[in-house]
Amino acid sequence: MSDRLLAATRKGLFQMVRRAGSSWRVDRTSFIGDPVTMVLSDPRDGTLYAALNLGHFGVKLHRSEDDGASWSEIQAPRYPESEDGPSMKLLWSLELAGDDRPGGLWAGSIPGGLFYSADRGDSWELNQPLWDMPEREKWFGGGYDDPGIHSICVDPRDSAVVRVAVSCGGVWESRDHGRSWKVMCDGMFAAYMPPDRKHDPLIQDPHRMVQCPADPDMFYAQHHNGVFRSADSCAHWSEIPNVPPSVFGFAVAVHPKDPETAWFVPAVKDECRVPVDGKLVVARTTDGGKTFAELRNGLPQDHAYDLVFRHALDVDETGRVLAFGSTTGSLWVTEDGGDHWQSVSNHLPPIYAVRFA
Amino acid sequence: MVKVRFTSNLERHVKTPTAEVAGGTVREALDAVFSSNPMLRSYILDDQGALRRHVMVFVDGEQVLDRSGLADVVPSDAEIFVMQALSGG
Repeated sequence: MSDRLLAATRKGLFQMVRRAGSSWRVDRTSFIGDPVTMVLSDPRDGTLYAALNLGHFGVKLHRSEDDGASWSEIQAPRYPESEDGPSMKLLWSLELAGDDRPGGLWAGSIPGGLFYSADRGDSWELNQPLWDMPEREKWFGGGYDDPGIHSICVDPRDSAVVRVAVSCGGVWESRDHGRSWKVMCDGMFAAYMPPDRKHDPLIQDPHRMVQCPADPDMFYAQHHNGVFRSADSCAHWSEIPNVPPSVFGFAVAVHPKDPETAWFVPAVKDECRVPVDGKLVVARTTDGGKTFAELRNGLPQDHAYDLVFRHALDVDETGRVLAFGSTTGSLWVTEDGGDHWQSVSNHLPPIYAVRFA
Repeated sequence: MVKVRFTSNLERHVKTPTAEVAGGTVREALDAVFSSNPMLRSYILDDQGALRRHVMVFVDGEQVLDRSGLADVVPSDAEIFVMQALSGG
């Protein structure tokens, strides 16, 4: 069971630890005042990484080798200089490259570049094959001005197999460690688009995509249009239309050992991003999306307007402990798969990402 | 020598001691500073080598307008000041 939790927020990085009696408390803070957009713990060597977006001063990356007691700035991924070339706007995702690639890291960004580091972030290289795909020119921004890669799934069976999800630009797969890519959106649709573009893979807006560690063929995606699931490694997606109380949202987590169990945190709809009826709910399926339970115990049920961003829900390696944080700075933890939630704080800065470490 | 000073707001992120460098243009002077302080570069310039949007450079009190080329000529005894706006809440 995880006993440490990291929360990347609008004004700093917070570490929570589990005390006696299942009480979770803030134990350490870093970068207070600065936006921390992503955090990653690397169990292969004990390193922590934190991505910052300093606004006027750009995107930065820091590394800690002492659990966050001290940090060193390292080179952030950056786009190669070229005529009309872009600049890094947001480091949106950061993932380990696999146990057989120690020190290897993937980073997804806005405006749409995927980067790889083989040396713990000392240097980064833009994945040129994906960047150079002609289809990439058709990607577009969802909530941001530019498209971005927010989800990176490295197949636990073969680290050369990598799948990424793009807002907006669909799901992409490489089976050769990034040397070639193909789009994998069959079955996804966007009912809000013009009818002849509804199934166009390049306009699909998966908000978040996760892969089940124990059954790596199983993927769940919280999409702008609703929820989708793939049982065949993204080759085909099927809609899960019955997520209560709403199919709209950003976050999704899948049970690490049970591919039929997943959690979502719904909001009303795209033009009204608050919990339905002001009641915060986590929706859990234990049968692959056929049925859902609405989990409310310990969550605010009266005038709650917490929205949960795509990276702000996580599940630990047991599948029993989950945590999620909201745009209004609230953080909750459950130790029984969501049946009961405890509030860790209701006054943190807006939370971008939550991860167990 | 050209004296290059930076806003004190940068100090909480990266060391920015006042530098004395050689350089005939803003680009050359800044590159000379970055050569001995490479982490500073990304705070001032974007990935394409242009001034970040809210960063301003003054040469002897005159604002640099060539924000991407940084080709403004710098007198040998000039003082360059690098500053930025602060915002947020």
